[in-house]
Amino acid sequence: MATKSKKKKQTEKFALGNEAVVEGALLAGCNFYAGYPITPSTEIAEEMARRLPPMEDGVFIQMEDEIAGLGAVIGASLAGRKAMTATSGPGFSLMQEHIGYACITEVPLVLVNVMRAGPSTGMPTSPAQGDVQQARWGTHGDHPIIVLSAGDVQECLEMTVTAFNFSEKYRTPVILLLDEVTAHTREKITLPDPEELYVYSRMLPSMPPEWYMPFEDNMRGVSAMPPLGSGYRYHVTGLTHDDHGYPTSKPKEVEHFMNRLFRKIDQFFYDIQIVDEIRCDDAEVCIIAYGCVARSAELAVDMAREQGEKVGLLKLKTLFPFPRPIVEKMLRQCSSVLVPEMNMGQISREVKRVNNGLTKVNTLNRIDGQIITPGEILKKIQKG
Amino acid sequence: MAQVTQLIHDYLRHSKKFPHVFCPGCGHGIVLGSLIRSVHSLGIPKDDIVLVAGIGCSGRIPVYVDFNTVHTTHGRALTFATGIKLANPRLKVIVVMGDGDALSIGGNHLIHAARRNIGLTTLVLNNHIYGMTGGQSSSTTPFGCYSTTTPFGQMEKEFDIAEVTKACGANFVARATVMQANLMDRMISTALEHPGFNLVELITPCHTQFGRKNKYKSTVDMYKWLKKNAVPVEKYQDLSPEKQKEKIATGIFVQKDCMGLEQRYSEIRQKIIGEAK
Ligand SMILES: Cc1ncc(C[n+]2csc(CCOP(=O)(O)OP(=O)(O)O)c2C)c(N)n1
Ligand code: SF4
Repeated sequence: MATKSKKKKQTEKFALGNEAVVEGALLAGCNFYAGYPITPSTEIAEEMARRLPPMEDGVFIQMEDEIAGLGAVIGASLAGRKAMTATSGPGFSLMQEHIGYACITEVPLVLVNVMRAGPSTGMPTSPAQGDVQQARWGTHGDHPIIVLSAGDVQECLEMTVTAFNFSEKYRTPVILLLDEVTAHTREKITLPDPEELYVYSRMLPSMPPEWYMPFEDNMRGVSAMPPLGSGYRYHVTGLTHDDHGYPTSKPKEVEHFMNRLFRKIDQFFYDIQIVDEIRCDDAEVCIIAYGCVARSAELAVDMAREQGEKVGLLKLKTLFPFPRPIVEKMLRQCSSVLVPEMNMGQISREVKRVNNGLTKVNTLNRIDGQIITPGEILKKIQKG
Repeated sequence: MAQVTQLIHDYLRHSKKFPHVFCPGCGHGIVLGSLIRSVHSLGIPKDDIVLVAGIGCSGRIPVYVDFNTVHTTHGRALTFATGIKLANPRLKVIVVMGDGDALSIGGNHLIHAARRNIGLTTLVLNNHIYGMTGGQSSSTTPFGCYSTTTPFGQMEKEFDIAEVTKACGANFVARATVMQANLMDRMISTALEHPGFNLVELITPCHTQFGRKNKYKSTVDMYKWLKKNAVPVEKYQDLSPEKQKEKIATGIFVQKDCMGLEQRYSEIRQKIIGEAK
């Protein structure tokens, strides 16, 4: 009995959403953090500052701004580290050029953006979901990107692990969007057994250095990535490059490169799209939500079911690439869907794009820095 | 001469298609030559070197040399280099930047890298102008000089790169012109071996963008001007302020041995791990 309770102590923890992100990152093998403090993401940096230096080769550094933070993370990842940074709205805007750089150079990294109400410095301590489209399209130029979200503290941990796995697997930056409520909620979480956790690390080359091609195409569209200094000398550039990494503007090579960037994400769509279907089987009305709003929605579903209404919840954990097939299935099945979100409709516009006349899409939007309550969602459903 | 050519071939990338992007007479190639000679004379293995550059004509240098090379974003090379160095302190991280890169868009990163005294060797190729974007003024364009964005003459006072870096706490700061091959080799080699943050400012001519707009008729004129006006810093200090304005002080401005960030980090780690045990 005594040993049992001891074991329990090790695997359960009372944590903030932001702290759970750190737990997840460390479990996924993260050993480098660089960033700049900003509310409401600051606890991530503070926790990393405590946890990383005592680790075997953990590095924490507070840089002079967010541009520098992401620059250092990219450098560390090129040197073989699993690296991450965290920020909020204004810092996220500053990072955009480097997000594009990491996309084109295919550098794995995780960027957590705890959304706060904006625009500009907005309301630093109020929740919002206003950076969804910025996460998808913030940087210039055409490129795919993976954007994930989490709705409770346990999910903060799990989705951070997933973010690292995707970034390493597909050699791409992954953005994890949280909202202030999720980041600052404190609740009990269960720490997974590290032995049993699925952790993916980037593929290393097995061929001799003379044969290595850093941006070679293959079945997966993702080539091996040796750390700087390991004997594989190659060129990394934000300019559009050929398979060897050298700048090119030859239409054929450019097209091949750009197509591969998209294909490496597209062809693994089914691996990447993560959703929870809650009471969706027989649903006639479906709520499509993410982040803290999904939590309110889950309660609203229970309340509606008690009143005999067949309501389900499709909770999006992957926001981009937009989980089109699953959303489409619900759009075909239901007489209407409701997309509540704390912005003016950044995901509902994706739903409407997919819907294309299949069913009725209702929206519920709040942009006053207040959360959307279960009661509000229920009322909106009843109104139809 | 044959020997020099041979040496360069040992370090260039054979798979990269030449010619290079530089204008005839550009000083950037001379700096690259000096860097290769320095690395070679110190016997640093190619695999241990990471050459990081920003954006601009100077930023195009890495693609030609067979090191680990990273061409980053405009002004931010030092931030990438900081990540690389902390991720693997064993690596020799060399950063190449233009004056626009280093002091205008990247000014904040430069002062902080110097303050941190992180072990990076930074070469700032100062041609007093934005080369790649077509000759706009930079924060080192001398007061009164002409550029495409200062058609009536530069109204702002220019930065002195060496002084700024020195004031921020760098361990080693030096300056040479590309007309002083031996001094340049010596300064770069010394920097490469110096612990902590070290920076060598290299005055290099850009006739295409700077010379034409100012009083230099040809590239040769610019080289002659560099040759005539470079003076050792010891001599420079004895000149009158009037005379100093015309001259370029070269040599070492600061050489000290404060602990670099990565050593400090490792020391603190040993301490906390020791305490935990
Ligand atoms: C964020 C950003 N702003 C502006 C530019 C455009 N740009 C490219 S090179 C350059 C100036 C380069 O000048 P310098 O650093 O002095 O190098 P040089 O070309 O003279 O060697 C500028 C402004 C850019 N690439 N990125
Ligand atoms: S524009 Fe100036 S700096 Fe650029 S390559 Fe030509 S001479 Fe060199």
